Amino acid sequence: MSATSQGRTPAAVSDKPEDSTSPARRRRRRLRTMTVRDRIVVAVLLGIPLLLDLAFVWFPAIGTVLLSFTKWNGVGSLHEKTCQPNMPSILNNGCWYGVQNYHQAATIYPEFWPAVRHNLLWLAVFVVIATPLGMLFAVLLDRGLRGTRVYQSLLFLPVMLSLALIGIIWEFVYSQNYGLINTVIGRNGNSNAIDWLGNPHLNLWAVLLEATWRQAGYVMILYLAGLKAVDPTLREAAMMDGANPWQTFWRVIFPVMKPINIVIMVVTVIESLRAFDLVYITNKGINGLELLSVLVTSNIVGETQRVGFGSALGVVLLVISLVPITIFLYQAFRREDTP
Amino acid sequence: MSEVESSGSTGSPLSATRRNLLKGVGAAGLTAAGGGLLAACGGSDKKKSESKQPVAGSTVTFGSNYSDPAVKTAFASLTAAATAATKVKVKINTVDHDTFQTNITSYLQGTPDDLFTWFAGYRMQYFAAQGLAEPLDDVWEKIGGNFSAAAKKLSTGLDGHQYLVPIYNYPWVVFYNKSEFAKRHYTIPTTWDEYVALAKQMKKDGIIPIAFADKDGWPALGTFDILNMRINGYDYHTKLMTHKIPWTDQGVHTVFQHWAEILPYTQTGANGRLWQDAAKALEAKQAGMMFQGTNQVAAQYVTDKADLADLDFFTFPAINPQWGQDYMDAPTDGFMLSKKAKNTDAAKAILEYIGTGPAESTYLKTDQWDVGLVNGLQVPTYDAIQKKSVQEIAKCKAVAQFMDRDSDPAMANAMIAICQKFIDDPSSSNITKLQQSAEKQAKAIYS
Repeated sequence: MSATSQGRTPAAVSDKPEDSTSPARRRRRRLRTMTVRDRIVVAVLLGIPLLLDLAFVWFPAIGTVLLSFTKWNGVGSLHEKTCQPNMPSILNNGCWYGVQNYHQAATIYPEFWPAVRHNLLWLAVFVVIATPLGMLFAVLLDRGLRGTRVYQSLLFLPVMLSLALIGIIWEFVYSQNYGLINTVIGRNGNSNAIDWLGNPHLNLWAVLLEATWRQAGYVMILYLAGLKAVDPTLREAAMMDGANPWQTFWRVIFPVMKPINIVIMVVTVIESLRAFDLVYITNKGINGLELLSVLVTSNIVGETQRVGFGSALGVVLLVISLVPITIFLYQAFRREDTP
Repeated sequence: MSEVESSGSTGSPLSATRRNLLKGVGAAGLTAAGGGLLAACGGSDKKKSESKQPVAGSTVTFGSNYSDPAVKTAFASLTAAATAATKVKVKINTVDHDTFQTNITSYLQGTPDDLFTWFAGYRMQYFAAQGLAEPLDDVWEKIGGNFSAAAKKLSTGLDGHQYLVPIYNYPWVVFYNKSEFAKRHYTIPTTWDEYVALAKQMKKDGIIPIAFADKDGWPALGTFDILNMRINGYDYHTKLMTHKIPWTDQGVHTVFQHWAEILPYTQTGANGRLWQDAAKALEAKQAGMMFQGTNQVAAQYVTDKADLADLDFFTFPAINPQWGQDYMDAPTDGFMLSKKAKNTDAAKAILEYIGTGPAESTYLKTDQWDVGLVNGLQVPTYDAIQKKSVQEIAKCKAVAQFMDRDSDPAMANAMIAICQKFIDDPSSSNITKLQQSAEKQAKAIYS
């Protein structure tokens, strides 16, 4: 039984996108040809993911947007009353707060604007440094250097470690009095030590180096997979036409790898926007390491919660995330529309 | 916070990982629905009728944040002694202490254990005021005679009922090595001027006068607390913590100014150093003094197998003669009964036992830094630090609980950032700016 249903389902599913562009009458006829069992299978296979999607993506997302207009400490239930001004917070719980949370975030919450700046800086460093570096590693390794596999393993090693562990490893490197760097350069004394992780002008860059260390390996492995998949005859043809390696790469190989490039772009944006672990491990995301994700966490998860305020910060992060996602979707669908 | 509730029902409150924390945004949405459901099923009146079961032989669950090996052992011996005394079995659910604190709100609204470990002061009052804890007045009727009025006050909620049974506390004081002070002929400073002069002398002698670390954010709050209590007194301190005095007040400015005066003598780069590393500088005699709790410094000496007998402390010197050395931070830890407890009577029997001298000495057998609170408690295992702690705490007219326990934790978080910015730039103009920022945030948090 399972064999037949499995055999049919892909056909049924793959019909769907075609159907959506074809006339309605034809689609109705097609549907009628499906047996009851087919319909059940389709319903189950589409329904379960849809329910999961609604339950774990849309419901929390919309819930967060709604909560961002309330003042709530996570205890008891919400109600529709508007918050009273100048009341102790304990009596003013679960009430409607309007855009006050957003207003407070933008005006009196000192961590907000640094966090927005740091998130954008994080994105910029990933786009401008980490990703090109990973590509460079991949291209070099792909040229079959001696000991390629050793380099490959070394560069890929950080990707296999959890970010929490990476944070701890680098703590040994950066520690003021006991760390590797300060000991090697002789700046680990009590008066001349460089405060890598505590100086708010240095620590973001120190942590970005940690993040790049990992991200470059990640991009490298994705890119290496892409390079291996490029048809070698393309290279030969380019060589026959007299192209040098530089031209071969930029004019032939790079354009061929468009799907991989898009994957890497998406990965880069996602990784930079969800940055959290490293700064949280380093100092819980305070003193120069503020990120929106950390501010959301420190307000929502904690002994006393400012759920409404934290949700407002979460919505800001959502809006920022929507920009690259929208651009990506727009690009992806435009290509499909005009083949 | 869906994970909290579901895993709470299986016994352990939560195995939160960093990944769980990442889901904060999503979790908030789920809590919205959870809040309504919880309100519906959280009826408190039904519990009272069903709890009439025999106390002896029944089992009480105990949610514990005593997760470090030493305190875990001490806690296990405490509950074993309680079982022996009351015939009530105790099932301990230990959770990493940071995780425990982070999830306390959802834990108490979900399926909490009967008893749970918590802290005295505003932190206890906050949860009691929201109906998440059961009053313990009948327990206090029996154990009240064992404790001082101050300990009872620390266990009392805003509504006048008791909600906590304390177990131990520990003072925040200035640590030093006896051998070092003897070798260099330093004397214990009792006034601010002597303290500053001693720091100057130490700097001249080539050692760091005051070991200092604030990477975790909270250690510096202790310095703020003690300066505030020395300069402005205890009442001012509590009023400031609950935002009955604005943060822009001149008194706060004076506190920061005094702090700025000793900042040149404290270990540089504090914002990037863990307090454990600062304690190591004191152990290695690279630093002369360190202001922190015995629960940290003395415990660190024990962990590092450093010479604990050489460690000594003095209470922070007096600044304003009006207050002298009357107050200090001595955070108190204890136990509370959750509103949703299933076995209330047996849990109260356990608490009655814990509120006695024998129970405290059992706990303190394996603990070389905290001190018990029972009146006239004699613990044969006390070391010199603990004996002195008892004396110094007894001398105080009032003890504070530390900023994050005496105020709304959201405000303590705001002050963590502000103190770190102050350490980066202690100029007077920056102090004014930081005070204004603190006041704006306090208005948002407390209103």
